[in-house]
Amino acid sequence: MRDFVSRKIREIAPSGIRKFFDIVSEMKDAISLGVGEPDFGTPWEISEAGIRSVQKGFTHYTSNKGMPKLREAICKFLSSRYKVHYDKEEVVVTVGASEAIDVTLRAICDPGDEVLIPMPSYVSYAPCVSMAGGTPVGVECNESNGFIVTKEMLQSVITPKTKAIILPYPNNPTGAIMTRAQLEDIRQTIIDSDLLVISDEIYSELTYDGKHVSIASLDGMRERTVLLNGFSKAFAMTGWRIGYVCAPRDILDQILKVHQYAIMCAPTMAQYAALAALETGRESRYEAVEEMRTEYDCRRRYLLHEFNAMGLKCFEAKGAFYLFPSVASTGMDGEEFANALLKAEKVAVVPGSAFGKGGENHIRVSYAYSLEELEEAVKRIKKFLNKGEEI
Amino acid sequence: MDKNKELLSLLTQDCRRTPKQLAAILDESENEVKQRVAELERSGAIVKYSAILNDEMLDRDSVHAMIEVKVTPQKSKGFDAIAEEICRYPEVKSVYLISGDFDLAVFIEGKSLRSVSLFVSEKLSAIESVLSTATHFILKKYKVEGVITTKTGGGRLPVQP
Repeated sequence: MRDFVSRKIREIAPSGIRKFFDIVSEMKDAISLGVGEPDFGTPWEISEAGIRSVQKGFTHYTSNKGMPKLREAICKFLSSRYKVHYDKEEVVVTVGASEAIDVTLRAICDPGDEVLIPMPSYVSYAPCVSMAGGTPVGVECNESNGFIVTKEMLQSVITPKTKAIILPYPNNPTGAIMTRAQLEDIRQTIIDSDLLVISDEIYSELTYDGKHVSIASLDGMRERTVLLNGFSKAFAMTGWRIGYVCAPRDILDQILKVHQYAIMCAPTMAQYAALAALETGRESRYEAVEEMRTEYDCRRRYLLHEFNAMGLKCFEAKGAFYLFPSVASTGMDGEEFANALLKAEKVAVVPGSAFGKGGENHIRVSYAYSLEELEEAVKRIKKFLNKGEEI
Repeated sequence: MDKNKELLSLLTQDCRRTPKQLAAILDESENEVKQRVAELERSGAIVKYSAILNDEMLDRDSVHAMIEVKVTPQKSKGFDAIAEEICRYPEVKSVYLISGDFDLAVFIEGKSLRSVSLFVSEKLSAIESVLSTATHFILKKYKVEGVITTKTGGGRLPVQP
Protein backbone atom coordinates (compact mmCIF):
# COMPACT_ATOMS: atom_id res chain seq x y z
CA MET A 1 0.00 0.00 0.00
CA ARG A 2 1.30 3.47 -0.71
CA ASP A 3 1.57 6.23 1.84
CA PHE A 4 -1.75 8.01 1.73
CA VAL A 5 -0.65 10.89 3.89
CA SER A 6 0.47 14.15 2.37
CA ARG A 7 4.20 14.69 2.48
CA LYS A 8 3.60 18.22 3.70
CA ILE A 9 1.71 16.98 6.74
CA ARG A 10 4.18 14.14 7.45
CA GLU A 11 6.98 16.65 7.55
CA ILE A 12 5.35 18.76 10.22
CA ALA A 13 6.92 17.94 13.58
CA PRO A 14 4.47 16.80 16.28
CA SER A 15 3.90 19.27 19.11
CA GLY A 16 6.71 19.24 21.68
CA ILE A 17 4.11 19.53 24.38
CA ARG A 18 2.36 16.27 23.55
CA LYS A 19 5.06 14.00 25.00
CA PHE A 20 5.11 15.96 28.19
CA PHE A 21 1.34 15.95 28.41
CA ASP A 22 1.29 12.16 28.29
CA ILE A 23 3.69 11.85 31.22
CA VAL A 24 1.80 14.38 33.35
CA SER A 25 -1.60 12.84 32.62
CA GLU A 26 -0.40 9.50 33.94
CA MET A 27 0.93 11.00 37.15
CA LYS A 28 -1.31 11.20 40.18
CA ASP A 29 -1.08 14.17 42.57
CA ALA A 30 1.05 16.15 40.14
CA ILE A 31 0.63 19.91 40.28
CA SER A 32 0.55 21.39 36.84
CA LEU A 33 1.52 24.93 35.97
CA GLY A 34 1.19 23.97 32.35
CA VAL A 35 -2.21 25.15 31.23
CA GLY A 36 -2.94 27.85 28.71
CA GLU A 37 -6.45 28.76 29.74
CA PRO A 38 -8.06 30.70 32.59
CA ASP A 39 -8.88 28.93 35.84
CA PHE A 40 -12.00 31.05 36.19
CA GLY A 41 -15.26 29.63 34.96
CA THR A 42 -17.18 31.50 32.28
CA PRO A 43 -19.12 34.30 34.06
CA TRP A 44 -22.59 32.93 34.68
CA GLU A 45 -24.60 35.51 32.73
CA ILE A 46 -22.57 34.59 29.64
CA SER A 47 -23.19 30.86 30.04
CA GLU A 48 -26.85 31.56 30.70
CA ALA A 49 -27.18 33.44 27.42
CA GLY A 50 -25.78 30.40 25.61
CA ILE A 51 -28.22 28.09 27.40
CA ARG A 52 -31.15 30.41 26.72
CA SER A 53 -30.35 30.50 23.02
CA VAL A 54 -30.65 26.72 22.87
CA GLN A 55 -33.87 26.76 24.89
CA LYS A 56 -35.32 29.30 22.49
CA GLY A 57 -34.45 27.06 19.58
CA PHE A 58 -31.66 29.17 18.07
CA THR A 59 -29.91 26.02 16.96
CA HIS A 60 -29.51 26.71 13.25
CA TYR A 61 -26.65 28.07 11.15
CA THR A 62 -25.97 31.78 11.29
CA SER A 63 -24.64 33.73 8.33
CA ASN A 64 -21.12 32.64 7.37
CA LYS A 65 -19.63 35.78 8.84
CA GLY A 66 -21.46 35.36 12.12
CA MET A 67 -24.53 37.12 13.53
CA PRO A 68 -24.64 40.79 12.48
CA LYS A 69 -25.47 41.81 16.05
CA LEU A 70 -22.38 40.06 17.37
CA ARG A 71 -20.17 41.59 14.68
CA GLU A 72 -21.53 45.03 15.55
CA ALA A 73 -20.80 44.41 19.23
CA ILE A 74 -17.26 43.30 18.36
CA CYS A 75 -16.70 46.54 16.39
CA LYS A 76 -17.94 48.62 19.32
CA PHE A 77 -15.72 46.69 21.71
CA LEU A 78 -12.61 47.17 19.56
CA SER A 79 -13.22 50.85 19.02
CA SER A 80 -13.93 51.62 22.67
CA ARG A 81 -11.14 49.46 24.11
CA TYR A 82 -8.33 49.83 21.57
CA LYS A 83 -9.36 52.67 19.26
CA VAL A 84 -9.38 50.46 16.19
CA HIS A 85 -12.38 51.05 14.00
CA TYR A 86 -13.96 48.34 11.87
CA ASP A 87 -17.28 48.04 10.14
CA LYS A 88 -19.30 44.89 10.85
CA GLU A 89 -18.68 43.82 7.25
CA GLU A 90 -14.97 43.72 8.04
CA VAL A 91 -15.41 41.03 10.70
CA VAL A 92 -15.69 37.24 10.48
CA VAL A 93 -16.59 35.30 13.61
CA THR A 94 -14.44 32.16 13.85
CA VAL A 95 -14.12 28.97 15.87
CA GLY A 96 -11.70 30.45 18.34
CA ALA A 97 -8.73 32.63 17.42
CA SER A 98 -7.11 29.33 16.38
CA GLU A 99 -9.31 29.11 13.33
CA ALA A 100 -8.68 32.79 12.68
CA ILE A 101 -4.92 32.06 12.46
CA ASP A 102 -5.49 29.19 10.06
CA VAL A 103 -7.97 30.84 7.69
CA THR A 104 -5.94 34.04 7.56
CA LEU A 105 -2.74 32.21 6.63
CA ARG A 106 -4.52 30.08 4.05
CA ALA A 107 -6.02 33.21 2.52
CA ILE A 108 -2.71 35.01 2.16
CA CYS A 109 0.04 32.42 1.53
CA ASP A 110 1.26 31.49 -1.91
CA PRO A 111 3.99 28.85 -2.27
CA GLY A 112 7.32 30.43 -1.42
CA ASP A 113 5.88 33.31 0.58
CA GLU A 114 7.79 33.86 3.78
CA VAL A 115 5.95 34.65 6.98
CA LEU A 116 7.95 36.04 9.89
CA ILE A 117 7.22 34.61 13.32
CA PRO A 118 8.80 36.02 16.49
CA MET A 119 10.23 33.19 18.58
CA PRO A 120 9.51 31.92 21.14
CA SER A 121 5.80 31.93 20.31
CA TYR A 122 2.60 29.99 20.44
CA VAL A 123 3.05 26.59 18.83
CA SER A 124 0.50 26.85 15.99
CA TYR A 125 1.91 29.64 13.86
CA ALA A 126 4.72 27.84 12.07
CA PRO A 127 2.76 24.64 11.28
CA CYS A 128 -0.20 26.72 10.07
CA VAL A 129 2.08 28.69 7.75
CA SER A 130 3.52 25.42 6.41
CA MET A 131 0.10 23.86 5.94
CA ALA A 132 -1.02 26.98 4.09
CA GLY A 133 1.90 26.48 1.70
CA GLY A 134 4.02 29.34 2.98
CA THR A 135 7.46 29.25 4.56
CA PRO A 136 7.71 30.10 8.26
CA VAL A 137 10.76 32.18 9.16
CA GLY A 138 11.56 32.51 12.85
CA VAL A 139 12.69 35.85 14.20
CA GLU A 140 14.63 34.94 17.29
CA CYS A 141 13.80 37.24 20.16
CA ASN A 142 15.55 36.91 23.47
CA GLU A 143 15.48 38.08 26.99
CA SER A 144 17.97 40.88 26.46
CA ASN A 145 15.56 42.73 24.19
CA GLY A 146 12.52 41.86 26.25
CA PHE A 147 11.30 39.16 23.84
CA ILE A 148 10.00 41.67 21.33
CA VAL A 149 10.87 42.37 17.70
CA THR A 150 12.80 45.49 16.78
CA LYS A 151 13.40 47.35 13.54
CA GLU A 152 16.95 46.00 13.34
CA MET A 153 15.83 42.42 13.82
CA LEU A 154 13.22 42.75 11.10
CA GLN A 155 15.63 44.33 8.67
CA SER A 156 18.02 41.43 9.12
CA VAL A 157 15.43 38.77 8.17
CA ILE A 158 13.26 40.48 5.57
CA THR A 159 13.86 39.19 2.02
CA PRO A 160 12.01 39.93 -1.21
CA LYS A 161 9.93 36.83 -0.46
CA THR A 162 8.71 38.09 2.92
CA LYS A 163 4.99 38.70 2.73
CA ALA A 164 3.74 38.94 6.27
CA ILE A 165 4.68 39.05 9.92
CA ILE A 166 2.76 37.54 12.80
CA LEU A 167 2.75 39.80 15.85
CA PRO A 168 1.65 37.79 18.88
CA TYR A 169 1.54 40.31 21.73
CA PRO A 170 0.81 40.01 24.61
CA ASN A 171 2.86 36.90 24.07
CA ASN A 172 2.44 33.27 24.95
CA PRO A 173 4.83 31.97 26.37
CA THR A 174 6.96 34.97 27.41
CA GLY A 175 4.28 37.35 28.69
CA ALA A 176 5.99 40.15 26.76
CA ILE A 177 3.91 43.04 25.47
CA MET A 178 4.76 45.65 22.86
CA THR A 179 4.20 49.28 23.82
CA ARG A 180 3.06 51.96 21.42
CA ALA A 181 6.64 53.24 21.11
CA GLN A 182 7.95 49.77 20.35
CA LEU A 183 5.27 49.24 17.70
CA GLU A 184 6.04 52.67 16.25
CA ASP A 185 9.66 51.58 15.98
CA ILE A 186 8.83 48.74 13.57
CA ARG A 187 5.96 50.47 11.76
CA GLN A 188 8.00 52.16 9.04
CA THR A 189 10.02 49.02 8.30
CA ILE A 190 6.79 47.08 7.84
CA ILE A 191 5.42 49.74 5.49
CA ASP A 192 8.70 50.11 3.57
CA SER A 193 8.90 46.36 3.01
CA ASP A 194 5.20 46.26 2.13
CA LEU A 195 4.37 43.56 4.69
CA LEU A 196 1.03 42.43 6.02
CA VAL A 197 0.74 42.18 9.81
CA ILE A 198 -1.21 39.34 11.34
CA SER A 199 -1.74 40.67 14.82
CA ASP A 200 -2.83 37.97 17.26
CA GLU A 201 -4.22 39.94 20.18
CA ILE A 202 -5.98 37.14 22.03
CA TYR A 203 -4.46 38.27 25.36
CA SER A 204 -5.23 41.96 24.77
CA GLU A 205 -7.38 42.32 27.89
CA LEU A 206 -4.67 40.85 30.09
CA THR A 207 -2.00 43.52 30.41
CA TYR A 208 -0.69 44.73 33.74
CA ASP A 209 1.20 47.89 32.97
CA GLY A 210 -0.89 50.18 30.84
CA LYS A 211 -3.51 49.29 28.28
CA HIS A 212 -2.93 47.12 25.26
CA VAL A 213 -2.09 48.93 22.03
CA SER A 214 -3.21 47.37 18.77
CA ILE A 215 -0.85 47.90 15.87
CA ALA A 216 -3.93 48.47 13.69
CA SER A 217 -4.46 51.77 15.54
CA LEU A 218 -1.12 53.16 14.27
CA ASP A 219 -0.91 55.46 11.26
CA GLY A 220 -1.06 53.61 7.97
CA MET A 221 -1.35 50.19 9.60
CA ARG A 222 -5.06 49.41 9.50
CA GLU A 223 -4.99 48.69 5.77
CA ARG A 224 -2.12 46.23 6.15
CA THR A 225 -3.23 44.50 9.33
CA VAL A 226 -5.34 41.43 9.95
CA LEU A 227 -6.43 41.60 13.57
CA LEU A 228 -7.17 38.35 15.39
CA ASN A 229 -8.86 38.17 18.74
CA GLY A 230 -11.39 36.13 20.65
CA PHE A 231 -13.32 35.53 23.84
CA SER A 232 -11.32 32.67 25.36
CA LYS A 233 -8.85 34.52 27.53
CA ALA A 234 -10.62 37.77 28.39
CA PHE A 235 -13.99 36.22 29.20
CA ALA A 236 -12.79 32.77 30.30
CA MET A 237 -14.60 31.10 27.40
CA THR A 238 -12.01 28.67 25.99
CA GLY A 239 -14.42 25.75 25.60
CA TRP A 240 -16.95 27.83 23.68
CA ARG A 241 -14.48 28.16 20.81
CA ILE A 242 -15.27 31.64 19.63
CA GLY A 243 -12.95 34.21 18.11
CA TYR A 244 -12.85 36.66 15.25
CA VAL A 245 -10.78 38.15 12.50
CA CYS A 246 -10.97 41.77 11.34
CA ALA A 247 -9.43 43.05 8.13
CA PRO A 248 -10.06 45.45 5.27
CA ARG A 249 -12.79 44.15 2.93
CA ASP A 250 -10.50 43.01 0.13
CA ILE A 251 -8.55 40.67 2.41
CA LEU A 252 -11.50 39.75 4.59
CA ASP A 253 -13.60 38.59 1.67
CA GLN A 254 -10.91 36.05 0.79
CA ILE A 255 -10.58 34.92 4.40
CA LEU A 256 -14.36 34.51 4.44
CA LYS A 257 -14.13 32.15 1.48
CA VAL A 258 -11.83 29.80 3.39
CA HIS A 259 -13.97 30.03 6.50
CA GLN A 260 -17.19 29.46 4.60
CA TYR A 261 -15.98 26.36 2.81
CA ALA A 262 -14.16 24.90 5.79
CA ILE A 263 -16.42 25.77 8.71
CA MET A 264 -19.68 27.28 7.46
CA CYS A 265 -20.15 29.34 10.62
CA ALA A 266 -19.07 29.45 14.25
CA PRO A 267 -21.38 27.60 16.67
CA THR A 268 -24.61 29.54 17.14
CA MET A 269 -24.91 28.92 20.87
CA ALA A 270 -21.37 30.22 21.41
CA GLN A 271 -22.14 33.29 19.32
CA TYR A 272 -25.06 34.14 21.61
CA ALA A 273 -22.86 33.68 24.65
CA ALA A 274 -20.19 35.92 23.11
CA LEU A 275 -22.78 38.58 22.39
CA ALA A 276 -23.82 38.50 26.05
CA ALA A 277 -20.16 38.79 27.09
CA LEU A 278 -19.83 42.04 25.15
CA GLU A 279 -23.23 43.46 26.06
CA THR A 280 -23.12 42.75 29.78
CA GLY A 281 -19.47 43.68 29.73
CA ARG A 282 -20.17 47.09 28.26
CA GLU A 283 -22.91 47.76 30.82
CA SER A 284 -20.66 46.90 33.75
CA ARG A 285 -17.52 48.41 32.20
CA TYR A 286 -16.09 44.92 31.93
CA GLU A 287 -16.14 44.46 35.67
CA ALA A 288 -15.74 40.68 35.46
CA VAL A 289 -12.71 41.04 33.17
CA GLU A 290 -11.29 43.66 35.51
CA GLU A 291 -11.66 41.38 38.51
CA MET A 292 -9.89 38.53 36.75
CA ARG A 293 -7.10 40.84 35.65
CA THR A 294 -6.61 42.11 39.21
CA GLU A 295 -6.37 38.54 40.43
CA TYR A 296 -3.90 37.54 37.70
CA ASP A 297 -1.80 40.58 38.54
CA CYS A 298 -1.53 39.55 42.21
CA ARG A 299 -0.36 36.11 41.16
CA ARG A 300 2.04 37.55 38.61
CA ARG A 301 3.71 39.78 41.20
CA TYR A 302 3.84 36.95 43.70
CA LEU A 303 5.48 34.53 41.26
CA LEU A 304 7.89 37.14 39.88
CA HIS A 305 9.04 37.80 43.41
CA GLU A 306 9.36 34.12 44.28
CA PHE A 307 11.21 33.08 41.10
CA ASN A 308 13.69 35.91 41.35
CA ALA A 309 14.19 35.13 45.04
CA MET A 310 14.86 31.49 44.14
CA GLY A 311 17.57 32.58 41.73
CA LEU A 312 15.59 31.71 38.60
CA LYS A 313 15.94 35.02 36.84
CA CYS A 314 12.59 36.08 35.58
CA PHE A 315 11.84 38.53 32.82
CA GLU A 316 9.14 40.99 33.95
CA ALA A 317 6.18 39.73 31.96
CA LYS A 318 3.53 42.39 31.59
CA GLY A 319 0.82 40.50 29.78
CA ALA A 320 -1.04 37.20 29.30
CA PHE A 321 -0.81 34.79 32.26
CA TYR A 322 2.65 33.32 31.86
CA LEU A 323 6.09 33.86 33.32
CA PHE A 324 9.13 32.69 31.43
CA PRO A 325 11.92 32.28 33.96
CA SER A 326 15.41 31.32 32.89
CA VAL A 327 16.76 28.14 34.46
CA ALA A 328 20.30 28.72 33.17
CA SER A 329 21.57 29.25 36.73
CA THR A 330 20.83 25.59 37.51
CA GLY A 331 23.09 24.35 34.74
CA MET A 332 20.14 22.61 33.11
CA ASP A 333 18.26 23.62 30.00
CA GLY A 334 14.50 24.10 30.10
CA GLU A 335 13.70 20.58 29.04
CA GLU A 336 16.05 18.94 31.53
CA PHE A 337 14.74 21.19 34.27
CA ALA A 338 11.09 20.47 33.48
CA ASN A 339 11.69 16.72 33.39
CA ALA A 340 13.71 16.69 36.61
CA LEU A 341 11.21 18.90 38.43
CA LEU A 342 8.32 16.72 37.35
CA LYS A 343 10.11 13.58 38.46
CA ALA A 344 11.36 14.92 41.79
CA GLU A 345 8.54 17.14 42.97
CA LYS A 346 5.69 16.39 40.60
CA VAL A 347 5.33 19.93 39.36
CA ALA A 348 4.68 20.30 35.64
CA VAL A 349 5.98 23.32 33.76
CA VAL A 350 6.41 23.50 30.01
CA PRO A 351 9.96 23.57 28.59
CA GLY A 352 10.58 26.82 26.73
CA SER A 353 11.96 24.91 23.76
CA ALA A 354 8.41 23.81 22.91
CA PHE A 355 7.82 27.39 21.75
CA GLY A 356 10.75 27.61 19.40
CA LYS A 357 14.19 29.15 19.29
CA GLY A 358 15.22 31.46 22.09
CA GLY A 359 13.27 29.52 24.70
CA GLU A 360 15.76 26.70 25.29
CA ASN A 361 16.95 27.89 28.68
CA HIS A 362 13.53 28.82 29.92
CA ILE A 363 10.41 27.24 31.30
CA ARG A 364 6.87 28.52 30.84
CA VAL A 365 4.97 28.87 34.06
CA SER A 366 1.27 29.60 33.86
CA TYR A 367 -0.38 31.53 36.66
CA ALA A 368 -3.89 30.59 35.63
CA TYR A 369 -4.10 28.89 39.03
CA SER A 370 -5.32 29.99 42.43
CA LEU A 371 -2.77 31.62 44.70
CA GLU A 372 -3.06 28.61 47.00
CA GLU A 373 -2.02 26.27 44.19
CA LEU A 374 0.82 28.57 43.19
CA GLU A 375 2.00 28.74 46.78
CA GLU A 376 2.17 24.94 46.96
CA ALA A 377 4.01 24.77 43.63
CA VAL A 378 6.53 27.38 44.78
CA LYS A 379 7.15 25.36 47.93
CA ARG A 380 7.92 22.29 45.83
CA ILE A 381 10.15 24.14 43.36
CA LYS A 382 12.13 25.58 46.27
CA LYS A 383 12.56 22.10 47.68
CA PHE A 384 13.71 20.88 44.27
CA LEU A 385 16.30 23.65 43.94
CA ASN A 386 17.62 23.12 47.48
CA LYS A 387 18.11 19.42 46.84
CA GLY A 388 20.11 20.27 43.75
CA GLU A 389 22.46 22.36 45.87
CA GLU A 390 23.07 19.57 48.34
CA ILE A 391 24.23 17.27 45.55
CA MET B 1 -9.20 51.96 53.70
CA ASP B 2 -8.86 51.66 49.91
CA LYS B 3 -5.25 50.68 50.38
CA ASN B 4 -6.43 47.82 52.57
CA LYS B 5 -8.94 46.53 50.06
CA GLU B 6 -6.55 44.13 48.36
CA LEU B 7 -5.00 43.04 51.64
CA LEU B 8 -8.41 42.29 53.15
CA SER B 9 -9.50 40.42 50.07
CA LEU B 10 -6.40 38.23 50.26
CA LEU B 11 -7.00 37.53 53.94
CA THR B 12 -10.67 36.83 53.33
CA GLN B 13 -9.70 34.22 50.75
CA ASP B 14 -7.14 32.62 53.01
CA CYS B 15 -6.30 34.09 56.39
CA ARG B 16 -3.37 31.71 56.81
CA ARG B 17 -1.24 33.61 54.32
CA THR B 18 1.89 34.80 56.06
CA PRO B 19 2.99 38.45 56.07
CA LYS B 20 5.87 37.36 53.86
CA GLN B 21 3.58 35.92 51.21
CA LEU B 22 1.23 38.89 51.43
CA ALA B 23 4.16 41.27 51.03
CA ALA B 24 5.25 39.48 47.85
CA ILE B 25 1.76 39.52 46.38
CA LEU B 26 1.13 43.16 47.29
CA ASP B 27 4.62 44.33 46.40
CA GLU B 28 5.17 45.87 49.85
CA SER B 29 7.53 45.31 52.73
CA GLU B 30 6.80 42.58 55.21
CA ASN B 31 6.82 45.05 58.09
CA GLU B 32 4.32 47.31 56.41
CA VAL B 33 1.96 44.37 55.93
CA LYS B 34 2.37 43.26 59.54
CA GLN B 35 1.59 46.75 60.79
CA ARG B 36 -1.50 47.10 58.66
CA VAL B 37 -2.87 43.72 59.68
CA ALA B 38 -2.23 44.53 63.33
CA GLU B 39 -4.03 47.85 62.96
CA LEU B 40 -7.01 46.18 61.25
CA GLU B 41 -7.19 43.64 64.07
CA ARG B 42 -6.86 46.28 66.76
CA SER B 43 -9.57 48.50 65.30
CA GLY B 44 -11.95 45.55 65.04
CA ALA B 45 -12.18 45.78 61.24
CA ILE B 46 -10.99 42.18 61.20
CA VAL B 47 -13.33 40.47 63.64
CA LYS B 48 -11.69 37.05 63.78
CA TYR B 49 -10.14 34.31 61.68
CA SER B 50 -12.10 31.11 61.30
CA ALA B 51 -12.41 27.96 59.22
CA ILE B 52 -15.27 27.48 56.80
CA LEU B 53 -16.53 23.93 57.03
CA ASN B 54 -18.23 21.84 54.43
CA ASP B 55 -20.86 19.91 56.38
CA GLU B 56 -21.40 17.59 53.45
CA MET B 57 -17.87 16.28 53.93
CA LEU B 58 -18.05 16.01 57.70
CA ASP B 59 -19.79 13.33 59.62
CA ARG B 60 -21.27 15.86 61.96
CA ASP B 61 -24.75 15.68 63.31
CA SER B 62 -25.64 19.30 63.22
CA VAL B 63 -28.76 21.09 62.12
CA HIS B 64 -28.78 24.62 60.81
CA ALA B 65 -31.80 26.85 60.59
CA MET B 66 -32.69 30.38 59.69
CA ILE B 67 -35.45 31.82 61.85
CA GLU B 68 -37.40 34.87 60.84
CA VAL B 69 -38.48 36.73 63.97
CA LYS B 70 -41.12 39.40 64.29
CA VAL B 71 -40.77 41.56 67.40
CA THR B 72 -42.25 44.60 69.07
CA PRO B 73 -39.61 47.29 69.12
CA GLN B 74 -39.00 48.67 72.57
CA LYS B 75 -39.40 52.29 73.41
CA SER B 76 -36.17 54.30 72.91
CA LYS B 77 -34.16 51.12 72.28
CA GLY B 78 -35.75 50.09 69.00
CA PHE B 79 -34.66 46.60 67.98
CA ASP B 80 -31.24 46.69 69.60
CA ALA B 81 -32.15 45.43 73.06
CA ILE B 82 -34.11 42.43 71.82
CA ALA B 83 -31.49 41.60 69.17
CA GLU B 84 -28.75 41.73 71.77
CA GLU B 85 -30.75 39.45 74.04
CA ILE B 86 -31.09 36.87 71.26
CA CYS B 87 -27.37 37.15 70.52
CA ARG B 88 -26.53 35.86 74.00
CA TYR B 89 -27.68 32.31 73.28
CA PRO B 90 -24.67 30.22 72.30
CA GLU B 91 -26.62 28.27 69.67
CA VAL B 92 -27.26 31.53 67.81
CA LYS B 93 -24.57 32.03 65.17
CA SER B 94 -25.71 35.26 63.50
CA VAL B 95 -28.38 37.87 64.03
CA TYR B 96 -29.33 40.45 61.44
CA LEU B 97 -31.95 43.22 61.40
CA ILE B 98 -33.76 42.90 58.08
CA SER B 99 -36.33 44.77 56.06
CA GLY B 100 -39.53 43.13 54.86
CA ASP B 101 -42.21 41.11 56.62
CA PHE B 102 -39.97 40.12 59.52
CA ASP B 103 -37.61 42.11 61.69
CA LEU B 104 -34.74 39.81 62.57
CA ALA B 105 -33.02 36.96 60.79
CA VAL B 106 -31.51 34.56 63.32
CA PHE B 107 -29.16 31.77 62.19
CA ILE B 108 -28.80 28.94 64.63
CA GLU B 109 -26.93 25.67 64.83
CA GLY B 110 -28.18 22.78 66.95
CA LYS B 111 -27.30 19.15 67.49
CA SER B 112 -30.64 17.85 66.24
CA LEU B 113 -33.98 18.83 64.85
CA ARG B 114 -35.37 18.51 68.35
CA SER B 115 -32.83 20.81 69.93
CA VAL B 116 -33.53 23.50 67.36
CA SER B 117 -37.27 23.11 67.86
CA LEU B 118 -36.85 23.37 71.60
CA PHE B 119 -34.75 26.48 71.24
CA VAL B 120 -37.47 28.14 69.16
CA SER B 121 -40.43 27.08 71.24
CA GLU B 122 -38.98 27.42 74.70
CA LYS B 123 -36.33 30.11 74.47
CA LEU B 124 -36.92 32.35 71.48
CA SER B 125 -40.71 32.43 71.56
CA ALA B 126 -40.66 32.90 75.29
CA ILE B 127 -39.01 36.29 74.97
CA GLU B 128 -41.67 38.82 75.72
CA SER B 129 -41.35 41.11 72.73
CA VAL B 130 -41.16 38.25 70.20
CA LEU B 131 -44.47 38.25 68.34
CA SER B 132 -43.93 35.37 65.95
CA THR B 133 -41.27 33.17 64.38
CA ALA B 134 -40.88 31.19 61.16
CA THR B 135 -38.21 28.49 61.21
CA HIS B 136 -36.54 27.42 57.98
CA PHE B 137 -34.28 24.41 58.25
CA ILE B 138 -31.29 24.53 55.95
CA LEU B 139 -31.25 21.43 53.76
CA LYS B 140 -28.12 21.93 51.70
CA LYS B 141 -25.46 24.59 51.39
CA TYR B 142 -24.32 25.43 47.89
CA LYS B 143 -22.20 28.47 48.59
CA VAL B 144 -20.78 29.48 51.95
CA GLU B 145 -19.00 32.78 52.58
CA GLY B 146 -18.41 33.24 48.88
CA VAL B 147 -17.09 29.72 48.37
CA ILE B 148 -19.04 27.28 46.21
CA THR B 149 -19.07 24.04 48.19
CA THR B 150 -20.60 21.80 45.54
CA LYS B 151 -18.19 20.69 42.86
CA THR B 152 -18.98 22.06 39.41
CA GLY B 153 -17.24 22.25 36.08
CA GLY B 154 -14.92 19.89 34.28
CA GLY B 155 -11.20 19.91 34.83
CA ARG B 156 -8.62 21.43 32.53
CA LEU B 157 -6.12 19.36 30.62
CA PRO B 158 -2.91 19.50 32.66
CA VAL B 159 -0.60 20.68 29.88
CA GLN B 160 -1.69 22.89 27.02
CA PRO B 161 0.06 25.01 24.43
